[in-house]
Amino acid sequence: MSENTLAPSQLDQRDASWYVDKLVQILMFVGGISAIIFIIGIFVFITKEGLGFLFEGFSFTEFFGSINWRPTSANPTYGALALIVGTASVTGVAMLVAIPFSLGAAVYISEFATGRTKETLKVLVELLAAIPSVVWGFIGMSIMNEFIIEVFGVPIGLNVLNAGIILGLMAAPIMTTIAEDALKAVPDRYREAAEAMGATRWQIIRQVIMPAAKNGLVSAVLLGVGRGFGETMAVLMASGHAINIPTSPFDSVRALTATIAAELGETAQGSEHYGALFALGILLFIITFIINLAADLVVRGIRKK
Amino acid sequence: MVASETRTKVLEVDNLSISYGAKTAMSGLNLDVYENEIFGIIGPANSGKTSFLRAINRMDAFDTNMKVSGSLRFMGTEVSAWRNAYALRRQIGVVFPLPVGLPMSIYDNVAFAAKLRGVKGKAAIDEVVERCLTRAALWDEVKDRLDSLGSQLSGGQQQRLTIARALSQEPSLLMLDEFSIAVDPVTTMRIEDVLKELKKEMTILLVTNLVQQAERLADRTALFLSGSLIEIGETGALFEGETQDQRTKDYLEGRFG
Amino acid sequence: MTARFAATELNLSNYRTERRYRLMLFSMTAMLVLPVLIILGILVLKGAPMISWEFLFEFPRRGMTEGGIYPALLGTIFIVVVDLIFAMPIGVAAAIYLSEYAPDNWLTRTINLAIINLAGVPSIVHALFGVGAFVIFFGFGTSILAAALTVAIMTLPLVIVATRESLQAVPQAFREACWSMGASRWQTIFAVVLPNAISGILTGLILEVSRTAGETAPIMFTGAAFFLPFLPESVFEQTMALSLHLYVVSTQVPEVPEALPYGVALVLIGIVLIMNAISIVFRSYLRGKKKW
Repeated sequence: MSENTLAPSQLDQRDASWYVDKLVQILMFVGGISAIIFIIGIFVFITKEGLGFLFEGFSFTEFFGSINWRPTSANPTYGALALIVGTASVTGVAMLVAIPFSLGAAVYISEFATGRTKETLKVLVELLAAIPSVVWGFIGMSIMNEFIIEVFGVPIGLNVLNAGIILGLMAAPIMTTIAEDALKAVPDRYREAAEAMGATRWQIIRQVIMPAAKNGLVSAVLLGVGRGFGETMAVLMASGHAINIPTSPFDSVRALTATIAAELGETAQGSEHYGALFALGILLFIITFIINLAADLVVRGIRKK
Repeated sequence: MVASETRTKVLEVDNLSISYGAKTAMSGLNLDVYENEIFGIIGPANSGKTSFLRAINRMDAFDTNMKVSGSLRFMGTEVSAWRNAYALRRQIGVVFPLPVGLPMSIYDNVAFAAKLRGVKGKAAIDEVVERCLTRAALWDEVKDRLDSLGSQLSGGQQQRLTIARALSQEPSLLMLDEFSIAVDPVTTMRIEDVLKELKKEMTILLVTNLVQQAERLADRTALFLSGSLIEIGETGALFEGETQDQRTKDYLEGRFG
Repeated sequence: MTARFAATELNLSNYRTERRYRLMLFSMTAMLVLPVLIILGILVLKGAPMISWEFLFEFPRRGMTEGGIYPALLGTIFIVVVDLIFAMPIGVAAAIYLSEYAPDNWLTRTINLAIINLAGVPSIVHALFGVGAFVIFFGFGTSILAAALTVAIMTLPLVIVATRESLQAVPQAFREACWSMGASRWQTIFAVVLPNAISGILTGLILEVSRTAGETAPIMFTGAAFFLPFLPESVFEQTMALSLHLYVVSTQVPEVPEALPYGVALVLIGIVLIMNAISIVFRSYLRGKKKW
């Protein structure tokens, strides 16, 4: 029975599929905004649990200025400075390791490698990214620990250097992948024009492609830094446990993330110590939020061109 | 020649304007399309021809940039007033410039719209599939491989498959937008023959960049230029030079566009 | 006149420079990926002796220094399953929304920013959230449910991104063809878009499983415990987990035989690498089966 023997008003009926379509649209929308709901939820709940501390035992100057993180002493102090510097130093070493190697690898894979080699390298990078952080931590405690003690002759192998190298290896794959994408996004006509002028591959890369991919490369670095700041288990297991400001890469340190992980189990819910750990969590949330926002803005800079 | 006042109007357009953001694609369009005619629309690129087709079947619902104003009536009702836009689109078949074979079997390609209409049961759907593929001049070539992927047919076959899909909707209006640009001349001729047959049962809106194609097929032809309607007339008359606007004459004689 | 092209001095020096840089870059790449192989090698060497049927299917004894890892293995599977139940529907729905419905406006940009941030928030902060929200506020207590929800939210971006990419890879022409036949958005998605995006959804699922199995911090305080004498009987109970087990046997158990933590690490990394390998093979298989 063909529909067009009916008058238009009879055809124009909202049938079941019309209503199903609307329902699905609503469900998909809910799924879509779920990410926003969760991010807001994270901020709300960690603030809620940290509120007790923030209104009572928290002092801005102590928190950010003192290295005395002694929550379990008779007169508890909550100076997070050493922890902040600990995180920063480990992340710093990680970036020293990761940035040159991942950018170099990205350039090689994107501009020089072909066929099987390229595929294999990309697979290896992907597998590197898949290694769980607790396994990295274990490697830091065992293999890297012994390696550092032997090679550098220091008594303790759990330190800034250890955690830094491990973190560097952890952050490198993401940075490589994003940097690779940024390099791939540079239009071929840039390469072709430079080639036509007689430039060598390396000259093209250094003077044409990398500047053009600048935004994506910066974004890759920022995301790597974010990863470094936020890493928990590996740093917990590889950086040692001394809460102090490091004076050499062979000093042990404690990171913000590691502190929370190490101490949360010992606190009573609602206690000041408990709240202080949540306060560290709020700090971490804000720092990584800013880094991710910056990375996103930088990437958006490309799309505006 | 039938007196136009007694024929049913399938499309009535009154002061239709279409814009995409700040760009105007069409302004102040007025025209009527009668039942069972082949109405040709010719004109150079960016004249608003495709935008006009998209406004007819409410594709602006899928494009947040596209703004349509004015009056466009299909079968007597404003297209914007249809409560179920999907039902509106089921009445209108569309053939695009680039052939599209959906990535499913040929059988499923043609069965898709039939199922949307509510056709049930294998026998009924089989019948629709065979009938539409036959009328689209494709049945003989694919009848032994209805299970193969529609997206892997040749361009000419995919275009005929598109027509078969459109026919399976049993539409009152069939719109073709430059259907022959990606298709070989033999297939074009076969499709033109199909269209001549189809006009007995439906109305056809034929947008084409091939002026001769309009001459061969269209009963009446309209010229669009840069978003405005320049002229409509009986095709025969226009091509014999009885134009009211000099630009029409120039375009038909190939002096621009 | 015959023209003879001889390399000029400049050409040769450029060529040499290029060779040097190429070599340098290759070695940098190699130094980046070799650690994977070296680490795997060492883990296999030192951990393989531990791997046996008993190791995988027995309970630990004598304070974790003997016996097997069975409850931890099972616990990880429980957490993964519950996690998938939440993460897959929400993640796929979000991806469908972003790919098929979302207009190019501030809300969409905010959603994308939220996704990047969800992935970027430190895992221990996710744990804090899990404690505050699921353990305390919703009252699930430390349980498989709380742990799985926490990990699900943390790994949601993986599913969303993988699914969205495969949805966006479906050509727009197919959608327009369906719409112009009068199919609704949902009918089009169901009939043409989703079936052709299955590869991305499965990739997302495999990555999700792999990531979830390896995570420690988010489950540490929300539902995973170090030693439980019995297996959990409902999602409201605690469980052991492979990742937490590795952490504890390597840091907090005295006199553990050297090979034990290597064995646990080997099992954990084995699961992760096998899942990733399946995903890689699957993707290249699909690349050969293109439908258009």
